[in-house]
Amino acid sequence: MSVAVRVIPCLDVDAGRVVKGVNFQDLRDAGDPVALAHRYDAAGADELTFLDVTASSSERETTFDVVRRTAEEVFIPLTVGGGVRGVAEVDRLLREGADKASINTAAIARPDVIDEITRHFGSQVLVLSVDARRVQGDTSTPSGFEVTTHGGRRGTGIDAVAWAKEAADRGVGEILLNSIDADGTKEGFDLELIRLIRGAVTVPLIASGGAGVPEHFPPAIEAGADAVLAASMFHFGPDDMIAQVKAAIRDAGFPVR
Amino acid sequence: MSAGPAEDALPEAPADAPAGIVVDPHTLGGPAPDPEGRPTVVVLDYGSGNVRSAVRALERAGAAVTLSSRAEDALNADGLVVPGVGAFATVMEELKAVDGPRIIGRRVAGGRPVLAICVGLQIMFERGIEHGVEADGLGEWPGTVELLPAPVVPHMGWNTVSAPEGSRLFEGVEDERFYFVHSYGVQSWEFEVAQPKMAPPLVTWSEHGARFIAAVENGPLCATQFHPEKSGDAGARLLRNWVRSLRPHPAPRPAAEAAS
Repeated sequence: MSVAVRVIPCLDVDAGRVVKGVNFQDLRDAGDPVALAHRYDAAGADELTFLDVTASSSERETTFDVVRRTAEEVFIPLTVGGGVRGVAEVDRLLREGADKASINTAAIARPDVIDEITRHFGSQVLVLSVDARRVQGDTSTPSGFEVTTHGGRRGTGIDAVAWAKEAADRGVGEILLNSIDADGTKEGFDLELIRLIRGAVTVPLIASGGAGVPEHFPPAIEAGADAVLAASMFHFGPDDMIAQVKAAIRDAGFPVR
Repeated sequence: MSAGPAEDALPEAPADAPAGIVVDPHTLGGPAPDPEGRPTVVVLDYGSGNVRSAVRALERAGAAVTLSSRAEDALNADGLVVPGVGAFATVMEELKAVDGPRIIGRRVAGGRPVLAICVGLQIMFERGIEHGVEADGLGEWPGTVELLPAPVVPHMGWNTVSAPEGSRLFEGVEDERFYFVHSYGVQSWEFEVAQPKMAPPLVTWSEHGARFIAAVENGPLCATQFHPEKSGDAGARLLRNWVRSLRPHPAPRPAAEAAS
């Protein structure tokens, strides 16, 4: 009896629409996040993550509307990230029907926000999203990895492992670790990065970035990931890609739902 | 918690009512009987967190659902759902602010169904210990809620359960996985059956670092540590099992309406 490895599709949502669309056959509106959430639920997703990439705050209401409609129809856990700055945004997201909120830049800018949110709602609602890459140029960190912002374009000089540990100590319930180096390569997860973070924290770890084929997933779990998250592989792969990924994980000896 | 007449939130019988008449609480506020005959369920609205999913999932399970923090609603619905997210002590404080302990106690004493979810299950036990802070629970069941001794906490995700023979809640979903998210749990069960004739509570277990209680079915009081409203089809079936066990109070007969 043990908890299953979670397989989580991530949808980028801009002003209420899925960015780039998703290649599902026989889906009338591939840009509707709610329709896609349904599809992924039926396909065996264990959770869903929406990343709100809406640039203007005036269109942020559309995201809340998407969260509300999704929560009313899809009965698996929903995490929403993007634009989360403090207790107020988290409260709104939870009331609309999200189960967890993920935070990234706002926590780097002001780490105390982690304590504030988790004191208010409990650790389980807050996911720390970390965009990490190997240090470049003159930058150096003890682990060799630094935290980045702006989708990996700007280094912060903050040690990625130390940051994950600090955030866990402050109360985040989970860490979403995205490898900027591996992201988009389709050559597999950054296993060294996963091992380093796993060794530093005891909260659940979601690995992201680099997956191209189902066989890439079991090594990430061996390296210490409790869950795996991917976007384009699910969006543009065959309709049964989640089942294929789960089969690969199961064949490697790990429990799946 | 005592529930003397002075602090009783149920409305008194009308002053002109004949002495000794039994007042049907269903006529004294709370959700109106559902015209379609569905059981009425109130989700107790007493804190923050996602209660929208619980409301919608219960509706899909066949109930007429109201989200409310009013005592008359919570007392008089056919079923009461007590959600719970956050710290044990905080949940207890928030629950007290809406008179929750007395509402739950009265319902259970009267044999009226209550379903508690997640921290809702935890506060049914005697006490919770989080970060060294000890807080009293409602004490419906003996036991202490403590940190799970697992390498990775919170316990987050889909886990299997071991339901006992005769469970009504888990009928048809005994072998399914349910969605858990919690760091604390009750790791032993020492319920003394005071009356040999009483059916003993049914306890369902799961495991994360140690065996812990995943659900309890104890007469009118049921509780799950996992989130059925987030557990997909398996959770939907479990909620349907619970909603089907509720007995809807009948809508007023047309004749009675015509007479009034």
